[in-house]
Amino acid sequence: MNPYRSFLSRVGTSPALLGLLGLGVFAVLLEILPRAGVLSSDYFPPTSRIIGALWRELGRPDEQFRPSLLTALSDTLVTWLYGLSIAVAAGIVLGLIIGSLPLLREFTASTIEFLRPIPSVALIPGLIVLLGVGREPTLVIVVYASFWQVLVQVLYGVADVDPVARDTARSYHLGPLRRVRYVIWPTALPYVMTGIRLATTVALIVTITGEMVIGTPGLGDNLYIAYSGGDVPVMYALILVTGLIGVVANTITRAGERIVLRWHPSVRGEVAA
Amino acid sequence: MKAVITGLRRVVALVGLPIVLLLVWWFASADSHTAAMPPLKRILKVFPDTWFGERLTDDVLPSLIRLTEGYCAALVIGIVAGVAIGSSRTVRAFVEPVLEFLRAIPPPALVPILFLIAGIGDTTKILVIIAGCVWPILLNTVEGVRGVDPVLVDTCLTYRVSGLLRLRTFVLRSASPQIMTGARQALSVGIILMVISELKASTDGLGYTFEQFQTRFQYPQMWSGVLVLGLIGVVLSLLFRFVESRVLAWHRGQRAAERTSL
Repeated sequence: MNPYRSFLSRVGTSPALLGLLGLGVFAVLLEILPRAGVLSSDYFPPTSRIIGALWRELGRPDEQFRPSLLTALSDTLVTWLYGLSIAVAAGIVLGLIIGSLPLLREFTASTIEFLRPIPSVALIPGLIVLLGVGREPTLVIVVYASFWQVLVQVLYGVADVDPVARDTARSYHLGPLRRVRYVIWPTALPYVMTGIRLATTVALIVTITGEMVIGTPGLGDNLYIAYSGGDVPVMYALILVTGLIGVVANTITRAGERIVLRWHPSVRGEVAA
Repeated sequence: MKAVITGLRRVVALVGLPIVLLLVWWFASADSHTAAMPPLKRILKVFPDTWFGERLTDDVLPSLIRLTEGYCAALVIGIVAGVAIGSSRTVRAFVEPVLEFLRAIPPPALVPILFLIAGIGDTTKILVIIAGCVWPILLNTVEGVRGVDPVLVDTCLTYRVSGLLRLRTFVLRSASPQIMTGARQALSVGIILMVISELKASTDGLGYTFEQFQTRFQYPQMWSGVLVLGLIGVVLSLLFRFVESRVLAWHRGQRAAERTSL
């Protein structure tokens, strides 16, 4: 059998190989099109130049007004994960409290519905005036934007509790804490994970936004500095880095979700039985 | 009498907390001498003069028009490409990693690149909005099209339902709950991008106005702008919910029927 054909048919059936091929074709197109003059290489540097710029950025030490790539990366990660953790913790705690008390839930619903769609960027000018241009204003908008994602999902989750399980818990005189632990939490957990996944993406977007617009140190700020200096390959290199962070974050949250959902149906099965 | 009490209770539940919060803000800020945190009274006083004049047509309207144009373009592109990609297993496997990567790039990071490529006019701002809004719509459409009921696929085959009829009555219908999920995520991203595409190198729009107020230290006006943007966010989300309930009316009916039949 023709080995070339067998390779093609293997690629054709394996999604992973096809995907790799897709990434390869994408990279090659970005290399060829600017070189052939189809895309202007001033604005679309070929892949090799982007990789080269990334390599040089990795080796560049800290400069005044232009931190090194690794410093910027760690600044971004700290702001992002710090804000995300605050938002997740606050969202879960408040969500469980509000969701478990029907009266509280009824009276806060309209306020939540009003505050949630307020775009986080609306707060930026005020925060710059109040908090300056350090990490704090960016942290505030990151927490604000991602908090609602978690809170709303937790509220959905708590509302989804099986009435039979709730009544059973009441019959057995489970205290409030144990009711949360054994009845509400297992039901809400898949929703919590969805909330965390959505919040992770939103938090990264808002972190980069804050760094670009406010000037908080990080990848977004470096990107803006590269833009001001007209250094196009470095801009693409930084965008590549932010995209890679996003991919890693998506992979981690999805894996986390799978681990949680693996035990979840079994617990629900026991509750239902 | 009982109906009156329940009605009253509902009204209190709806407006109670917002009124309390506004009152707290009003009184807590009443004696504020911090320039950056003006009393709510002053913010509300400058509100009509600031927003109900030329600014409404010169700044608010252009922003909203660009948002609408970008959002609609993203809807069309996302759904068309999503249906095309979702319908073929091979195409999906081929482009999925690339899409995963492009989706993971925070859209604001693309703003400076787009400024370079397309200049600083309206086109760029609309492109920024499209570049951010298209991914949630596209990926959710792909998921929705992929998840169509196999029994219905066979039914369509058997009854020779194909082409546009199949697309309209089956594929888009089945995928519409997923597409709406994507569209909702895209809307909030779109509002963010609308503002930041106007913050730098702009001559009109809400973002531009914000920047002006901040650099000229017009803090009451600036805070009134926060209120305007908040209101826009709330109105758009209500509008979206209205459209969603129309589009997904069949879905909700079906879900309710399934639940009662269980």
